[in-house]
Amino acid sequence: MKEPKDTRVVVGMSGGVDSSVAALLLKEQGYDVVGIFMKNWDDTDENGVCTATEDYEDVIRVCNQLDIPYYAVNFEKQYWDKVFTYFLEEYKAGRTPNPDVMCNKEIKFKAFLDHALSLGADYLATGHYAQVRENNGVYEMLRGVDRNKDQTYFLNQLTQEMLEKVMFPLGHLEKKQVREIAEQHDLATAKKKDSTGICFIGERNFKEFLSEYLPAQPGNMETLDGEVKGKHEGLMYYTLGQRQGLGIGGAGDPWFVVGKNVEANILYVGQGFHHDALYSDGLIASEANWTNGYVPEEAMECTAKFRYRQEDSHVTVQPMTDGRWKVIFHEPERAITPGQAVVFYDGEVCLGGATIDTVLKEDAAVTYVG
Amino acid sequence: MKGIYLDHAATSPVHPKVVESMIPVLEETYGNPSSVHQFGRQARKTLDEARKVIARSIHASEKEIVFTSGGTEADNLAIIGTARAREQEGKHIITTPIEHHATLHAVEYLEEEGFEVTYLPVDDQGAVRAEDVRESLRDDTILVSIMMVNNETGVMQPVKEVAELLREHSTSFHSDIVQAYGLMEIDVTELAVDLMAVSGHKINGPKGIGFLYVREGTKLESLQHGGEQERKRRAGTENLPAVKGLQTAVELIEGERNQKRKQYKELKETFLHALNEEGVNYSINGAEEYSIESIINISFPEMNVETMLTNFDLSGIAASSGSACTAGSVEPSHVLSAMYGTGDPRTTNSIRFSFGQSNSKEDLIQAAQKISQIVQRLSITGR
Repeated sequence: MKEPKDTRVVVGMSGGVDSSVAALLLKEQGYDVVGIFMKNWDDTDENGVCTATEDYEDVIRVCNQLDIPYYAVNFEKQYWDKVFTYFLEEYKAGRTPNPDVMCNKEIKFKAFLDHALSLGADYLATGHYAQVRENNGVYEMLRGVDRNKDQTYFLNQLTQEMLEKVMFPLGHLEKKQVREIAEQHDLATAKKKDSTGICFIGERNFKEFLSEYLPAQPGNMETLDGEVKGKHEGLMYYTLGQRQGLGIGGAGDPWFVVGKNVEANILYVGQGFHHDALYSDGLIASEANWTNGYVPEEAMECTAKFRYRQEDSHVTVQPMTDGRWKVIFHEPERAITPGQAVVFYDGEVCLGGATIDTVLKEDAAVTYVG
Repeated sequence: MKGIYLDHAATSPVHPKVVESMIPVLEETYGNPSSVHQFGRQARKTLDEARKVIARSIHASEKEIVFTSGGTEADNLAIIGTARAREQEGKHIITTPIEHHATLHAVEYLEEEGFEVTYLPVDDQGAVRAEDVRESLRDDTILVSIMMVNNETGVMQPVKEVAELLREHSTSFHSDIVQAYGLMEIDVTELAVDLMAVSGHKINGPKGIGFLYVREGTKLESLQHGGEQERKRRAGTENLPAVKGLQTAVELIEGERNQKRKQYKELKETFLHALNEEGVNYSINGAEEYSIESIINISFPEMNVETMLTNFDLSGIAASSGSACTAGSVEPSHVLSAMYGTGDPRTTNSIRFSFGQSNSKEDLIQAAQKISQIVQRLSITGR
């Protein structure tokens, strides 16, 4: 094991408080820290200022405070090809993609990790709330200590090869502590607002953004029994379990999105948060990654998350003969959404994850969820 | 880690004599050159002396020198100032796609206002042809702007030939001579240009100062409005300490240009020789025989600018990829794109090295060795 001073750590710096503190902590531990800003998306705000420039300015200020060199690297092309194209394709197919998972898999911990290694780095560090633990030569990914900020859901596609080279300096901290550290050191980003939403959309209106890239095809809103309840503006604007923006009045419980029919361009709606159509008892997932490196050969019990910041649920995971995975829920789950990730845990250890393809009810595919 | 600075075309260290000459001006000559008292007169005297030295350096007269905040402002004043002064006569401008952004973006700004711009073709050796200027000329051409030495490749442009053929045309002729002025003898009694932009910090002078040569009788409208400084061509109190520093920098160059070119030629040869010795795979962008000695632009096949520049810096070598970036990331070179076509790998794998007074042959040999190590490592890992 090299001394920290001889260990070069490239920190992916976004201009936010988390990655700023990650760099600070590594610097304090004596590492040879290099800050690098990734430019993945070219966009200007309403004043014509490149939003990435603003963030890069913050990276510069923080790096100067820490007295570490800083650079930028451009992955716009890779991001477009690997993340954004996937994002649009999924919406076109009536699914709800997770670009953050894809960005971590293809950009941050692949293209960017390669870049860091090409600079002679021993490790790549990021400001993610997650932990890596070496256990007899196996690199395990653990949840961040801050339950509310834990980001292992988005990191489910990380492999052993990646985890071996990765550091998450914030994993053992609460977000509150991170802010405090930033403030104690008067970091330029100490009071900066956390970014919200999908990185390339930022604070903008999601509908407006999507309509720039995909033609919206309005169609009917119907109940599963075929009763027309109104018009939808384009299936891609709706996600399962959604209540807002349907505009269906009348008596009784509020209306929710319960499904989509992409071929017929129909949005299915149903009355009540707990509408039966929203519940399922299993799913089939593909593109599984097992972070610890060993692939389960038979059914195993573990817990799972079907979306970010959700409590874990008990499931049984079974390998299928076609390489996909069947996940059986111990209790019915609401609004399982194709395109999103299902992520598996054994206690604190994130075992990996996969992409939800099919929703199951009584072992049969639910056909109305797209 | 001691750095090896090979980015003199970006900016150069200030000569100690320049610093020395500025101090008394900062300390004592605080008057405003426009003031009608002894303090003003003293400042005015300093200003006029500098103007005389600078004018003489290109065989111009003092009233043909307009001090500006640097090369960019001088280019902007020349281009936009000419357009404003002559738009009644015509709205056609001829320039090259390999100009510095100070020129290109000024011209683009005018394009948005309805001016028509012809961009001359550039060959793969990095030069434009005077012949193409002749063919592009129109009755309503009011400005031709061609740089003397390209800042990315160092390739010298046929400014003299263009100037000759423009003698018979009413258009104004501007040349950005920022990279040329420190090394090439320029005599405006022979060279028929009307406007020339020079920057102080590229010639071991201070930043924030430069000048525009404006041939007597050239129509030019001021872009800055205020006092009547610089014969109403550039309002604002003169930056006297910097003007003094520029004067000193110019004095230091006088009579040294040929010597410097010889020195840089040797440095360039040493560098290339060392790269060859190390077995580095590279090619040179731009015709070597027409390149200024202080600049060399090298393509490293299979490499990537960002990765290389970052690696260079982490091992102490300061070089650059020529020009602009957004959010710190490197864009494909517009100069190399014009030479080779958009998307050519050389537009994203080339590095500019530019030499200066502080560089020794040992520096260049050491740099070549480090570059060799980096290139080898990057090609082995495939990263």
